[in-house]
Amino acid sequence: MAMLSVTNLGISFGGLRAVYSFNITIEKGELYGLIGPNGAGKTTAFNLLTGVYKPDCGRILLDDVNITGLSTIEINKMGIARTFQNIRLFKELSVLDNVKIGLHNHFRYSTASGILRLPAYFKTEKLMNDTALDILKVFGLDKEADTLSSNLPYGKQRKLEIARALATNPKLLLLDEPAAGMNPAETAELMETITLIREKYQVTILLIEHDMKLVAGICEKIFVLNFGQELANGLPGDVLNNPEVIKAYLGE
Amino acid sequence: MNNRGNIFERINKNTRTNLITIGIIILAYMVFQIMIVTGNLTNLMQGLLVPLCYYSILAISLNLTVGILGELSLGHAGFMCVGAFTGAFFSNSMVDIIHNTFLRFSLAIITGAIFAALFGTLIGVVVLRLRGDYLAIVTLAFGEIIKNVINVLYIGFDSRGFHISMKDSVSLNLLGDGKVILNGAKGITGTPNDTTFTVSVILLIAIYLIITNLIHSRSGRAIMAIRDNRIAAESVGIDITKFKLLAFTLSASMAGIAGVLYSHNISSLMATPKNFGYNMSIMILVFVVLGGIGNIRGSIIAAVLLTLLPEYLRFMNDYRMLIYAIVLIIMMIFNWNPACIAWRKSHPIQRLLRTKIKKEA
Repeated sequence: MAMLSVTNLGISFGGLRAVYSFNITIEKGELYGLIGPNGAGKTTAFNLLTGVYKPDCGRILLDDVNITGLSTIEINKMGIARTFQNIRLFKELSVLDNVKIGLHNHFRYSTASGILRLPAYFKTEKLMNDTALDILKVFGLDKEADTLSSNLPYGKQRKLEIARALATNPKLLLLDEPAAGMNPAETAELMETITLIREKYQVTILLIEHDMKLVAGICEKIFVLNFGQELANGLPGDVLNNPEVIKAYLGE
Repeated sequence: MNNRGNIFERINKNTRTNLITIGIIILAYMVFQIMIVTGNLTNLMQGLLVPLCYYSILAISLNLTVGILGELSLGHAGFMCVGAFTGAFFSNSMVDIIHNTFLRFSLAIITGAIFAALFGTLIGVVVLRLRGDYLAIVTLAFGEIIKNVINVLYIGFDSRGFHISMKDSVSLNLLGDGKVILNGAKGITGTPNDTTFTVSVILLIAIYLIITNLIHSRSGRAIMAIRDNRIAAESVGIDITKFKLLAFTLSASMAGIAGVLYSHNISSLMATPKNFGYNMSIMILVFVVLGGIGNIRGSIIAAVLLTLLPEYLRFMNDYRMLIYAIVLIIMMIFNWNPACIAWRKSHPIQRLLRTKIKKEA
């Protein structure tokens, strides 16, 4: 049984078919790479999967539950979390608070117990702090828990976004260009972190990336999108040597 | 000493900020009380004590909308107006029934808060779908509409119950034992003057605590997440509408409480452009902006300074508003200019205090 099964997904903006006939099947525990030239529709595909855009056609099944057309909030509750290509952190809040907001739906107490500081507040806040710090530790950010998130260096902001997404306890994690703007050392470190969180949190990952070293290094399967349509799909060795793919990336 | 640490340094930073602020409020309260008892406080100042409190409450409650939720509201005086009239209406109709002042006033405050919250929810449901400028325009319109509706509203009651009219007080058809409570543009007169400085200070502290506690709780974080990045907040499963509405309603109900304090501090309550109009909403916004958006303590300081300043400048009639404006500009520069912020950080009073405490220890 596939964890995510997408059939014939499509959306158009005006006359432009941004994504169409999009079919992908991701098994539990897989690490899938989604690549393609600029403007191929990769981020649009992410936005369709997370409910930012409502698809014109097609069907998305997550663990056999139809999540097509649900809102972003509901889809996150069903178990899909994502990061963004242009970092979207809660800038005025601390690193720890960013992760605690990710924990929002998993540790609950009422607004009233928060305002009146009832025992539920102290108990749950402590649990939240501990859980959030555990997640930050995996990303090596626990020392900076009290730093304002916008004061973090770029690479760490990217990591914090992944940490926040992980905090929502997803089945499927969508990473939109996690290594964008990172230097080779940072990218290597990120690859280790991704491998680590896969094992530790048993999470399935679909990632968009332009850094072929990263894609070839950690992805088990690769899907190539070009002009909104599938160009190739399969094992990295086959896909990256596919002449069509090379042509799409490098031109003739 | 290192293991134990200074008790002041060991407690949570937020709790420390709260304690300092509440300490300052209580200290100011005691100083004023002593001055009243010893007869050192001028009449002008005595009359300003309650306004200082309700202006502070208005400022911190608007800061919840503007600073924490990040939405611009220009109709805060409208919610204050709702609270003022419903609270005064309640007290006026209950003045012969509930004789215990404390009980009656508490219920009036609750009434004012609930009605303001109700209006806050009604407006919020419609308006919070809008963003930025649109929200500001609609809330501005709401403030004006409320004021004008109250000016044509006549409510009275007699042994048969309540009567409502939008024409004049005669068309209420009251019996001989009847009493007009809300008399259109003449407003509500004869509200018992239940507001005292003590009650106002207690409410100010309570509302300050409610807001700061909210900010540092799960719901408060959700509200600030929406402010900082709505799309990211949605992506981690935060219910945008719910938390926006929560903050907006809470902010409205607190403005309502300030309104109740206001209406029980004056002899005749009328909805005029001066007290509940556009200018009032803007003035509250000025408190918030100058005190620092999102800075609750700053709102109180700004509200107090900017309420006292025009009163104390009365002796130079012609230049009063000129100096007021210059002070606004200076405060703005001091608060937000990067050079000033750097200067403040290098000369913090806090650090001076801390080194002193350490030396003594």
